[in-house]
Amino acid sequence: MNFGLSEEQSMLKKTVRKFMEDRCPTTFVREMMADAGGYSPKQWQEMAELGWMGLTIPEEYDGMGMGLVELAVMMEEMGRAVLPAPFVETLMAAEALLQAGSAEQKKEYLPRIASGELIATLAMDEPEGFWEAAAIKAKAVPEGDGYKVSGTKLFVPYANAAGLIVTAVRTAEGAAPEEGITLICLDPKAPGVTVTPLKTMDQAYRLCEVQMDGVAVPAARVLGEAGQGWPVLEKVIRKYIVALSAEMVGGAEKAMEMTVQYAKERVQFGKPIGSFQAIKHRCADMLVDIEGSRGSLYYAAWAVENDVPGADLAASAAKAYCSDTYFKVTAGSIQCFGGIGFTWEHDIHLFFKRAKRLETTCGDATFHRERIAELWL
Amino acid sequence: MDLTFTPEDQEFRERVREWVQKNLPEEWKDSIPRTQEEREIINRQWDKKLYEGGWAAIAWPKEYGGMGATLIQQLIFNEEMAMADAPEGLMHGKGMLGPTLFKFGTEEQKKKHLPPILRGDVVWCQGFSEPNAGSDLAALQTRAVIDGDHLVINGQKVWSTWGYLADWCFALVRTENTVPKHRGITYVMIDLKTPGVTVRPLDQITGVHDFCEIFFEDVRVPLENVVGEINRGWYVAMTTLTHERSTAYLGHPIRFRNQLERLADLARNTKRNGRPMSEDPVIRQKLARSFIEVESFKHIVYRTISSRVRGEEPGAEASMAKLYYSEMLQRMTELAMEIEGPYSQLVRNSKWALVEGDWQYQFLYARAATIAAGTSEVQRNILAEHILGLPR
Ligand SMILES: Cc1cc2nc3c(=O)[nH]c(=O)nc-3n(C[C@H](O)[C@H](O)[C@H](O)COP(=O)(O)OP(=O)(O)OC[C@H]3O[C@@H](n4cnc5c(N)ncnc54)[C@H](O)[C@@H]3O)c2cc1C
Repeated sequence: MNFGLSEEQSMLKKTVRKFMEDRCPTTFVREMMADAGGYSPKQWQEMAELGWMGLTIPEEYDGMGMGLVELAVMMEEMGRAVLPAPFVETLMAAEALLQAGSAEQKKEYLPRIASGELIATLAMDEPEGFWEAAAIKAKAVPEGDGYKVSGTKLFVPYANAAGLIVTAVRTAEGAAPEEGITLICLDPKAPGVTVTPLKTMDQAYRLCEVQMDGVAVPAARVLGEAGQGWPVLEKVIRKYIVALSAEMVGGAEKAMEMTVQYAKERVQFGKPIGSFQAIKHRCADMLVDIEGSRGSLYYAAWAVENDVPGADLAASAAKAYCSDTYFKVTAGSIQCFGGIGFTWEHDIHLFFKRAKRLETTCGDATFHRERIAELWL
Repeated sequence: MDLTFTPEDQEFRERVREWVQKNLPEEWKDSIPRTQEEREIINRQWDKKLYEGGWAAIAWPKEYGGMGATLIQQLIFNEEMAMADAPEGLMHGKGMLGPTLFKFGTEEQKKKHLPPILRGDVVWCQGFSEPNAGSDLAALQTRAVIDGDHLVINGQKVWSTWGYLADWCFALVRTENTVPKHRGITYVMIDLKTPGVTVRPLDQITGVHDFCEIFFEDVRVPLENVVGEINRGWYVAMTTLTHERSTAYLGHPIRFRNQLERLADLARNTKRNGRPMSEDPVIRQKLARSFIEVESFKHIVYRTISSRVRGEEPGAEASMAKLYYSEMLQRMTELAMEIEGPYSQLVRNSKWALVEGDWQYQFLYARAATIAAGTSEVQRNILAEHILGLPR
């Protein structure tokens, strides 16, 4: 029994930390906030050369063949750096291909994802609904050997940069909302697709509207069996929320470190503010929340990777807990910084805003607690 | 990262499980609501039974009658005991004094005191706190003066759990007034039958009395009962406290999980206006929160154990675990009250009381969790100062 990182995992952590410190300081994040695309193709390529885009892609498709624990390790470090790039979405699109793709589809996309050539993302939410199967209404009607798709997808990460959007559409109305959902490999360049970047509170991340207006999707672009998309998506989401939880733990930890550092330096009433218990105890609570969250995160990563009973519960527990923690920690951090924490110039708002975005991705804490109640009670 | 146990550990688990199943009488199960007197009798009998079975103190070194169990084995043992819903026994001797004597005791002290602890023959209590020394323990004032080969003790201890049951007390006394307060303290074992000792139980908010005041009036204690050196007691006490905070909770995650399942049952079985409380969206949110916390506490414990297996010293992490579970436990029992609604007003032996009034007892008892063994505020100070390095 070892509830801790192996030597290789610790090495990986160090490598990613070093890279992020060198190549993704907050000055870089701010550059990307102002950048039209919202990420750096050069940095993307550098990460790809280290093999990271293929981290969880099997070796036969030029990946590294690692699992969710390793991805969690990496995401923690990316969370610390508030990385502006569709890294996890690309890996999750690859995951959908691995789960449901045909041999040809895997061969076509996965090596290009692993090499960094292809950025991929996921499109699920729509204007009228989100987080649940019932939300998926974008309509696909049979045409030729494939479908003609119309509808609007919202909050699609980096659709502006992606060459592939794994998109959930409805090919049939079933008795239950989970029935009749189909996954397609949408080419953003296909006629009828319009991608519009949205103005987001977390400026270090691009979210887009993807409009589909009678887009022709050939059978070769259908992922898995028609109507069987939801179970695949559920599996992908389960990994996605664990990866997001890791990003949140990493971000929360960095925010706490910045706060503790400041609390040691900032002097008021002749003493460092960190000697006041109102500040000190807030920091201790941050530590406890982060440790608790990290435990739930790594347990979930291990449980999902090994598909043990209760893995769904563990994933939702991690998402709920880490969402609350990241928000609470960054909100508390701003308070500890005082006026300077309210300035644009100070970095803490990058974390605060990232916390809010990650919280609402794939279900917030309230959503996942209700899911726990459903699965458990 | 690997959360599986080795075949040897698995086998050890089987052995413990088999033994408990055979030896734990159904009516001794820990979660059965009962009076304090019944609880004490069972605890003492269970300690003896553990001894007969060879399980009295598995963490103790073999030379003192233990098993020299690894930390993982202790975890497994505590987990199995928790899973079987076994009583926790009277832990002060085994859990606190024993480990202190291994480190600081003389050969005579070990020979005299360890075997009876193991057999469950002698009950110990802890005499650290005083009316004017709680969180600031080093401010303690109970005076001890050397007179020939004896210490003569005058003063008062308070909040000593099981004081009225105990045969002996390990205590901190002041032997020097002219030096900084930590350096004038001595750690001593006191036979509570010595003339001049008066033990007075104190009624608690639960209506029962676990803890006591202990008064000392010219109590003569042989110098051979001093553990460690005169005036070095503070450092000896730190060992006791580290043990109080470090392994005691290994079985807690499972006990809390079982308690949580009972809470879910309470929600399923309690109806308000015809609808089970388990269907109420607010209650569901709170139950799920408790679920997350109970699970996370387990992970905190596992992470701490793993770091110690890797060779890291037990440190302030114990403060984290203690802070975490005590506050979590309060939220859980508060939720039970919320689920019961107006029934939460009724206690044991009342007509209409739910679950024999057990949640009321748990609810009240949980207030002690954030006070005893170091208050939550003190734990936060420790975490902030020792782990985060914030100034005092
Ligand atoms: C059920 C129970 C069983 C116990 N069993 C034993 C036992 O067997 N043996 C034994 O020796 N003792 C025992 N105790 C005593 C326990 O260790 C003390 O109650 C505890 O250390 C707190 O001390 P106090 O009660 O004097 O409170 P105080 O120290 O007076 O604290 C009062 C309040 O002030 C806060 N406070 C104090 N100092 C600080 C600070 N520096 N910063 C912030 N806040 C502070 C505390 O957190 C608390 O909220 C027991 C207590 C209980 C409730």
